[in-house]
Amino acid sequence: MNRRSFSLLICLVLVVFLNTAVCLDELRFYLRSEPKTFNPLAVADDSSETIRYLTGGVLLRLNRDTQKLEPELATSWTVSKDGKQITFILRPAIYFSDGTPFTAQDVKYTMDQLMNPELHSPTADSFRSGNGKVEGTVLAPGKIAIHFPAPVAGLDRLFDQVAIVSSQSPRKEMAALGPYYVFDYKPGSYVYLRKNPNYWKRDASGRQLPYINAIKLEIQPNRDIELMRFSRGEIHLINAMDADYFDRLSTSSPAMVHDVGASLDSEQMWFNQVSTAPIPAYKLQWFTSRNFRRAISAAINRDDLCKVVYNGHARPAVGPVSPANKFWFNFHLQPVRFDPQAALQLLRQDGFQLTAGKLHDRDGHAVEFSIVTNAGNRARERMATMIQQDLRAIGIAVNVVSLDFPSLIQRITQDFNYEAVLLGLVNVELDPNEQLNVWLSSSETHQWNPRQKTPATPWEAEIDRLMRAQASAMDDNTRKKSFDRVQEIVADQVPFIYLVNKNALTGISPSVENAKPVVLRPQTYWNIENLKLAVERASNGK
Amino acid sequence: MKRMRVAAVTLACALVLISVAGSFIPRFNYSRQDREHVNCGPSCRHWLGTDDLGRDRFARLLHGSRISILLAPAAAAVSMLLAFGIGAIPGFAGGFAERAAKTAIDLVLSIPWLFLLLMVRATLPLNTSPAASVTITFLVLGLLGWAAPARILLARARCMRQAEFIILARSTGVAPLWLLCKHVMPNLRPVLLAQFWISVPIFILSEANLSILGLGVAEPLPSLGSLLRELETVLSLRADIWRFAPPVMLVLIVSSLQIAVSEREVPQ
Repeated sequence: MNRRSFSLLICLVLVVFLNTAVCLDELRFYLRSEPKTFNPLAVADDSSETIRYLTGGVLLRLNRDTQKLEPELATSWTVSKDGKQITFILRPAIYFSDGTPFTAQDVKYTMDQLMNPELHSPTADSFRSGNGKVEGTVLAPGKIAIHFPAPVAGLDRLFDQVAIVSSQSPRKEMAALGPYYVFDYKPGSYVYLRKNPNYWKRDASGRQLPYINAIKLEIQPNRDIELMRFSRGEIHLINAMDADYFDRLSTSSPAMVHDVGASLDSEQMWFNQVSTAPIPAYKLQWFTSRNFRRAISAAINRDDLCKVVYNGHARPAVGPVSPANKFWFNFHLQPVRFDPQAALQLLRQDGFQLTAGKLHDRDGHAVEFSIVTNAGNRARERMATMIQQDLRAIGIAVNVVSLDFPSLIQRITQDFNYEAVLLGLVNVELDPNEQLNVWLSSSETHQWNPRQKTPATPWEAEIDRLMRAQASAMDDNTRKKSFDRVQEIVADQVPFIYLVNKNALTGISPSVENAKPVVLRPQTYWNIENLKLAVERASNGK
Repeated sequence: MKRMRVAAVTLACALVLISVAGSFIPRFNYSRQDREHVNCGPSCRHWLGTDDLGRDRFARLLHGSRISILLAPAAAAVSMLLAFGIGAIPGFAGGFAERAAKTAIDLVLSIPWLFLLLMVRATLPLNTSPAASVTITFLVLGLLGWAAPARILLARARCMRQAEFIILARSTGVAPLWLLCKHVMPNLRPVLLAQFWISVPIFILSEANLSILGLGVAEPLPSLGSLLRELETVLSLRADIWRFAPPVMLVLIVSSLQIAVSEREVPQ
């Protein structure tokens, strides 16, 4: 080997070594789809939300563990008694990732941009409480008041979603105040985040956070690939995984998976109660009967659903709020007990008769209906098949129909040509205001009977009143009283038959330190600043 | 080679016999859920273990095979009938009818069949029983699967139109309908039969494709396709080989039919 070849070899080894050294301090996990935007104010999809969480600096942050608000860029805040104004005292000497200073003017600019109707921001919708303009007033360089035209319930919590953008930076929304900034993006392949050199947080020893220098978010919709690469240690985090995958990993690598308990998400079914729906009148009469709905609910074995479909990683659902929502859940409510005899008793009260193993209504119609669910969702298809067997025991014939999602949505929102539906509800927010669109009878997404001009039933009118009352009250305890009552009415009238709350099942590589998975999103990296990679610590020790 | 064909036909007959006869034995209940024994291995009670809802895999395999084996030929028969009507008759007639038939065939062949099936499936009434649903699924497959055989029949009928014996028959004043029934049909029969036997496994696999998407046979009725869904994820790579019984059955059925057909003397 001559001298030139030897030099070349040394260079090659150095390049490989340096490259490896950089890669060692890189957290990797998957985005399941392409991020639609990098503008934190226009976020409407999961992948963009992930990037917003990792790069965006917010005034207040909801601690995903304690479910309480904590100051971030604002050191303190006050909400006026009428709920129309919030005033923030800002943290001094903060800089964006590109070195631009952070001022109250940026907060004003952010709110102006956010509330711009042309942006069509879903985040802004939560702030729109009434007609009129949202205005920010800079009271001092470090103090700003934001005025709303009408009271906004849970106003301060909404700021967890508002990433502040710079009014002065030439990089505009790409200048970040969060722990990371977008360094590179290759469409269809990955988003590469680098540590924000100006991030303001320090740990107890005074070391600047975050500990991890870079995050590589690879875009990969295939969950099988995600699982394989995770089990091989090639990616570090999985935010949510199926029960089957979870059990498989918990057998081979128990330290890598965490069942954090019931999540906010629920699986539920409901009957079509739209008076103009193209279904027979006698069936509409069944579906609008409280006793019928309660009977169906009592005849479903939720414990079996949890055990068989989710391998025990779920719990019977109680109502619209999961027990994981520590403040808003009504702890007086209990899951519906599986009791086929009680179900038959309720049905008899409505004139149904069980003869020769088949249930008939008072006019002699055999009780039979279809449950529609979305094709490809194996868990829902399995639940529907189990419900089919449960209801067969009380003489009801159920046809399980899987439809492609667009056809299903067309049926439940436009044609109303369905009898019962089994679907899930993904809850991201804790506040009941986020469910207003489901509970108000005039709403498009009041699924069992949407777009009512006037409430069809007294109990729906009562829910409307209570939901409006809680939305306009400023005191959380007063709001909770109203929402507790809503939960009780829902449990009594059963417009939705709540089935299960799935557990939050996460995967965290043992090389990730300080991880503390929680049920709220983002389950695994909510405390991203504090996460460390074991190799990173070792290299620092050197 | 004849021995091979005999073996294939015997195997196909045996599979048909086992699945049809076995599915009538009450012991093999395909829908009963034993929720205390989910995803169990083979035992005296469950010869191939249980599926993810605690249902007997062997019973579901018998019923699923019966459905696929019986309904796929029925769908193929519907398909051949349409293929003969749309392909062979215009092909023999020639002129505008032939051009129209070719256009129709090209049009149908260019349609992505999966999306068409999804659309047809979505417009079906929801309250159809599982038995009706599976019949409709195969009927739809039969109604949509005629185009490829029709093109072959059309080409064959066109060749026959110019054959000497047909020209001779025409010149002696034989009526077109008589020509079709007495001279064309017997000559097309081998092609028609070959296409029929080729279509049977195609329809079994098409139903399997639909079922893998969750759009085939409705629960709790099994079919070979719906049974294959157990193998759709990486979890299927587990060591429990009895989960592979449905694909093995499918391969056996399709292969035996293919061998039986390919060993037949197909006219040139």
